[in-house]
Amino acid sequence: MAEKVTFENALKRLEEIAEKLENPAEELDNAVKLYEEGVKLAAICNKYIDEAEQKITILSKSGEQNFVPEEE
Amino acid sequence: MKTNTLTVSQVNTYLKGLIEDDVIMSSVWVKGEISNFKHHSSGHMYMTLKDSDSVLKAVMFKGNTFKLRFMPEDGMVVLAHGRISVYEQGGQYQLYIDGLEPDGVGALYIAYEQLKNRLEAEGYFSLEHKKEIPQLPKKIAVVTSPTGAAVRDIINVISRRYPLCDICVYPALVQGSGAAQDIARAISEVNKIGDCDTIICGRGGGSLEDLWAFNEEVVAKAIYNSDIPVISAVGHETDYTIADFVADLRAPTPSAAAELAVISVLDLKGYISGVQRRINFGCKKMIDDKIMALKSVCGKISVQGVLNGYNQKRMYIDSVLKDIEGLVSEKLLGLRENLSVSLAKLHALSPIAVMARGYAAIFKDEKIVKSIDDINEGDNIKLYLKDGALYTNVTKKERKQWQKK
Repeated sequence: MAEKVTFENALKRLEEIAEKLENPAEELDNAVKLYEEGVKLAAICNKYIDEAEQKITILSKSGEQNFVPEEE
Repeated sequence: MKTNTLTVSQVNTYLKGLIEDDVIMSSVWVKGEISNFKHHSSGHMYMTLKDSDSVLKAVMFKGNTFKLRFMPEDGMVVLAHGRISVYEQGGQYQLYIDGLEPDGVGALYIAYEQLKNRLEAEGYFSLEHKKEIPQLPKKIAVVTSPTGAAVRDIINVISRRYPLCDICVYPALVQGSGAAQDIARAISEVNKIGDCDTIICGRGGGSLEDLWAFNEEVVAKAIYNSDIPVISAVGHETDYTIADFVADLRAPTPSAAAELAVISVLDLKGYISGVQRRINFGCKKMIDDKIMALKSVCGKISVQGVLNGYNQKRMYIDSVLKDIEGLVSEKLLGLRENLSVSLAKLHALSPIAVMARGYAAIFKDEKIVKSIDDINEGDNIKLYLKDGALYTNVTKKERKQWQKK
């Protein structure tokens, strides 16, 4: 599961967990599980950011091709 | 018939020749106020130019109207360029306009105002129609010229701020003839391919003419009809184009558009650690609360309290036991007394006691004798006294009445 989660979903889930843990009604057992999940998700998010590989392309007649803008 | 008589046609044709040969009349600028303006279904425009004293008929053929950047209106003071000629069938000379500009403010300005007012009235700028710009786009389309500073600025800013999203440049002409159509085509192409979350559409700074494509209706409509949110990024801070008004978000420059399109990863990391802090704090608070609750429960059930309760119960039990003991011994005492009374009574009834008083019990053949009828004269009987037995013989029987019946 940890392999497939997208950055956006990981961040969304992380926000959800924070909201749940700010709710005093949450069961302690569940809170511990949520906390562990939160730690993992934050690591996944940061990994996404640190290892991001951006693709820059230009649309041509034969489809998208790599694009490097001209320098002045 | 006089020899110098001319036909009507000949007069008009002659005059036409005269006027058309005139250097001044073949290319002239005329200033005047438009009246009786009529845009015919054929596409030609008919109007009268006038000043305070005089009028001049004028026509602009369809082919020339395409170059117009504004729509002529009655009352507008214009500078019209063209040639004067004669319309032979009508016998009228008129101005054949090939170029028309508003006097004072420029044609582009008027066109801009006219289109802006019309699109605004048609709801193209309405806030309800504006779409939200995605916060975490996966791919951004850049509709602009693939050469020049704008595309480079946009790519640089996005790469620096948010390398998590891909960028695809949709090349388009951004100035000159056909630019507006090309921009509109690129925007609809982005929508057709549909893998981008945001469109940045624009170009770097330039003159009003250079930026003109972004003031055209076809571009406004393409932006309005785009399902993907559009950020406009045309020229400099002070340039406001029609595209800016229609776009879901207006950026003052291409670089600014890139900044508005993506959050910076520094901010994002800060945000993530903020969420983490919330999680930590939430957990800590939850645990603290539970400890507090536990402590307060422990305070209520103190050991001393338990002992006190125990001792009280113990004392109660002791007192009950004592009561029971008292009751039992009282009962026993009573019973003992009753018993001695009963024993005394029993004693009184004992034959031994009776014999002690001087009575005897008579037995014949080991059977007690209660009546003289049980005995015959001559029988041997046994007399039991208090201290022994006597064996004797009955010599005589005599009936007696001891008590009245």
